Amino acid sequence: MNKYRYLILRRATQTGILFLFFTGNAFGWSILRGNLSAATFIDVVPLSDPFAVVQSFSAGASIAKDALAGALIIFLFYALIGGRVFCSWVCPVNMVTDLAGWSRKTLRLDSALKFWDIRRDVRYWIIALSIALSAMLGVAAFEWVSPIGAMHRGIIYGFGFGWMFVLLVFLFDLLAVKNGFCGHVCPLGGFYSLAGRFGILRIGYDKYKCTSCMKCLEICPERQVLDIVGRQSGAVLSGACINCGRCIEVCDDDALKFTNIYSRNIALSKKEG
Amino acid sequence: MGTKHNQRDELTMPERREFLLKAARGLGLAAAGGLVWGGLITEGRPAPFVLRPPGALPEQQFLAACLKCGKCVEACPYDALDLAKPEDNKPIGTPYFVPRTHPCYLCKDIPCVPACPTGALDKKLVGEEDENGELVLNINLAKMGLAVLDRETCIAYSGIQCDACYRACPVIDKAISVEYTRNARTGKHAILAPVVHSDSCTGCGLCEKACVTKKASIFVLPREIAMGKSSERYIKGWDIRDEERLRDVPEETTTRTPRSSKSPVDYLNEDIIP
Repeated sequence: MNKYRYLILRRATQTGILFLFFTGNAFGWSILRGNLSAATFIDVVPLSDPFAVVQSFSAGASIAKDALAGALIIFLFYALIGGRVFCSWVCPVNMVTDLAGWSRKTLRLDSALKFWDIRRDVRYWIIALSIALSAMLGVAAFEWVSPIGAMHRGIIYGFGFGWMFVLLVFLFDLLAVKNGFCGHVCPLGGFYSLAGRFGILRIGYDKYKCTSCMKCLEICPERQVLDIVGRQSGAVLSGACINCGRCIEVCDDDALKFTNIYSRNIALSKKEG
Repeated sequence: MGTKHNQRDELTMPERREFLLKAARGLGLAAAGGLVWGGLITEGRPAPFVLRPPGALPEQQFLAACLKCGKCVEACPYDALDLAKPEDNKPIGTPYFVPRTHPCYLCKDIPCVPACPTGALDKKLVGEEDENGELVLNINLAKMGLAVLDRETCIAYSGIQCDACYRACPVIDKAISVEYTRNARTGKHAILAPVVHSDSCTGCGLCEKACVTKKASIFVLPREIAMGKSSERYIKGWDIRDEERLRDVPEETTTRTPRSSKSPVDYLNEDIIP
């Protein structure tokens, strides 16, 4: 249980948020109405996806103040906490890609399917492409094809054939690229990586407790962010870290824990001093 | 000598070569991806047969503004609205309604419109300012579409008594009226024919739902599809409001072109008269 404490918490927040959205539509509950693209919290606070609003703006829409205020609230929230908290604690596609990653590992596909590798910074290029295409075609380009949108809309308002987008992501992660969608392609994840670059919530690492078993690197979906492991104590500073806490859970030596960005220079262990 | 020189260049600057190759590959991939992606969008975008909720901006502006959050769908007390699924052949995730099964019931407070966070559903398009300058919603201003009637299948036009659409119309006698004509076939009966008036029709589709024929003989189409447009220059002299348009026209309105510099008689006869 202790090995899955954050995983269970994350699944609870991910499904809980979707559940509240679902009840908003199905039973008229007012806690959350709308979906992850735009919503209201208790019918008062507007919330909206800042990346979608940027695309919409680029498409030439004059956006009403509710959507702008909502985008600002969400942007500030994630910029403050740590952008990719969205990816691991809110986004429903995370559950799909985690399942794909787990299947890949269980079926031992990692060593068998190594022929495809794409760069991690592809997502930033896709952000640029989203904005350029939005301007050219007059619609929010990523929202048009987003499997994230297809999934939360599907759960809240009914899937139709929208599940195919979700299956596509699953198969891409299972058969093509390890952690392919969330870790390489998704421009929303890229957007939050940039937004959360200076966020507070961080993974802290203590070299003096670490036995270099490398379990954390094995489990991490963005393993390049754990470059300090085995080298120096401190905090993970990359915006690409999704703060999922899997590394903390698998660590048998208590060398990793959630901390804040201000402690990056503070020794985590008394032994160091 | 030249080739030897080039070979040395390649050997000494492999990083530059690799960088250029990688940049070219990146650009190529971005172009290919952009084309496929753009293709997906342009393929799905032109959906002329989609009926939007009341107050929707013109379709192109609507598509740019709508974030697909579904708050209008949630707000609709009649569950008339739906977000388009991939198989619906409409822009994915955008709200629409199908009048034959779920028409718009024209709620007085129009809950779907204030629910929209982006202004894709614009209050100004379904509201008018009162004397205090405050916007008062008026659902009868909605222009979701226009009811179009097929006279050949409408049974009222064949002389059978039916006024289902007329009675169903929330803007009765304005959007749909009944015109009486003599039934020439029988010689002794009347034809009570429903007629739609575009200036009052909201496009709610209650008539389409009410229509008794197997496939509705009166149905709502988007206005830009259902309506023609005549040129500005035609003025109905018998219509006082249309005559108004002549008021600001200057007295002298003769068109001067190279051809009209001569009188028409001269021009038409110029080959005959030397």
